[in-house]
Amino acid sequence: MAELPAWKNINFACIVFEPGNAREYLTGDWRSLRPERDDSKCVKCGECWMYCPDAAIYQDERGFYAVDYDYCKGCGICAKECAHGAIVMVEECE
Amino acid sequence: MARRVGLEVSIACSEAVTLANVDVIAAYPITPQTHIVEHLSEQVAEGHLDAEYIKVESEHSALSCCVGASAAGARTFTATASQGLILMSEIMYIASGLRLPVVMALATRTLSSPLTIWGDQSDVMSQRDCGWITIFCENGQDVFDQSIIAFRIAEDRRVLFPTMICMDGFHLSHVIEPVELLSQEEVDSFLPPYKPEYRLDPHRPLTMGAFTMPDYFMEIKKQQDEALKSTLPVIKEIWNEWGNRFGRYYQPVSCYKAEGAETLILIAGGFSGTAQIAVDRMREQGKNVGLLRLKLWRPFPHQEIRDAVKGAKLVVVVDRALSVGGQGGPIAAELRSSLYHLKKRPAVVSFVAGLSGRDIHIDQFVEMVERAEGHLSAGKIPDYEMFGVRE
Repeated sequence: MAELPAWKNINFACIVFEPGNAREYLTGDWRSLRPERDDSKCVKCGECWMYCPDAAIYQDERGFYAVDYDYCKGCGICAKECAHGAIVMVEECE
Repeated sequence: MARRVGLEVSIACSEAVTLANVDVIAAYPITPQTHIVEHLSEQVAEGHLDAEYIKVESEHSALSCCVGASAAGARTFTATASQGLILMSEIMYIASGLRLPVVMALATRTLSSPLTIWGDQSDVMSQRDCGWITIFCENGQDVFDQSIIAFRIAEDRRVLFPTMICMDGFHLSHVIEPVELLSQEEVDSFLPPYKPEYRLDPHRPLTMGAFTMPDYFMEIKKQQDEALKSTLPVIKEIWNEWGNRFGRYYQPVSCYKAEGAETLILIAGGFSGTAQIAVDRMREQGKNVGLLRLKLWRPFPHQEIRDAVKGAKLVVVVDRALSVGGQGGPIAAELRSSLYHLKKRPAVVSFVAGLSGRDIHIDQFVEMVERAEGHLSAGKIPDYEMFGVRE
């Protein structure tokens, strides 16, 4: 983990000067349940991609919808919405 | 030469804000602040002030508009009282956290319930911890002066905090007093146009008010606290510059016949005028009594007040607000806390008086001093007393 700044070194009024830097903050470590896709059931419909509130699902080179675990918070909406039962939530063990 | 005219104090405030050439005013009328914003809306409508006057549906919206306008780089003003201030409360903390130099005039009024429109300082005290520079005014001239000075303080790059100036609702806001007005040139020479260091600008994007996690919040708060405390010498410097230019000097704590006094009255706001007459009467009777006026409430002038009470045996604090179920008067509590670590310190007797527009007469100030001296000689000082309550 990078060293956090001392109070004197924090930007005035906590202003953020670089646009789009929220991507540096990996919210995936909030997750306690991890979505896992079963390729044999997935029909590549993209429903999970549409429902994901964090835009943490992307289409991979084979056309499957994969999860970006850096940002997936494990909310489970994709698993709930998948019409083919291709996504299951599993406990994060470590 | 300055023009000396008779003016309602609310109007003196509006005239000063006009001279300060604000860019944006967002306000919602509420007694006893109404005349301030009414007159400003006339100033804008009649073309005396080139400003955006935003009519809003609530005080929450009024201060939200000010925050947005100030973040975009505008010189911004609002005014309110009582329930209006506590409806703004959510945004009060945001304006100070974002370090936006919004200026507010507060015609201090009691908080309900029971419903009342009259004045005391319970509204100011409810916002004690919101991080605004808070200044008490004592008379019409003071209100006029501070209504200009507040912008200079708030916008100074060593400060950058929202600033609130408080005038006693009705007792000050609605009385007509002689006020020396300044010319536009004089005000312009003291108050340069606002040049924000950071502002919302599509060509230079930045984020204000971003979400924060526990690993950053305390450092950010520490920065805000240190910054607010560090404004005290700047406020004194600006008040001093005002005095040098216009002849009226202001201090965080001002002393009247306090040198060598055994007993001191401490009070904030317009009622200090009555206390001053009471001090004169007691002096005539040979009593060694003086007066301290607390002008700056935040940042609290700890060292100045310690110095001011140094030689006294007794400080009689008269608060026009009550911390219900707590230590009584907020100013007394602050003073006691400020003196606690000193080896030699005066006794502090706390009176809560003059709530919701009830007058405090000259002889009542005398009576409070006598009661306090009685407590001291009996060696039994109560935590606080509500003065003048019917038993």
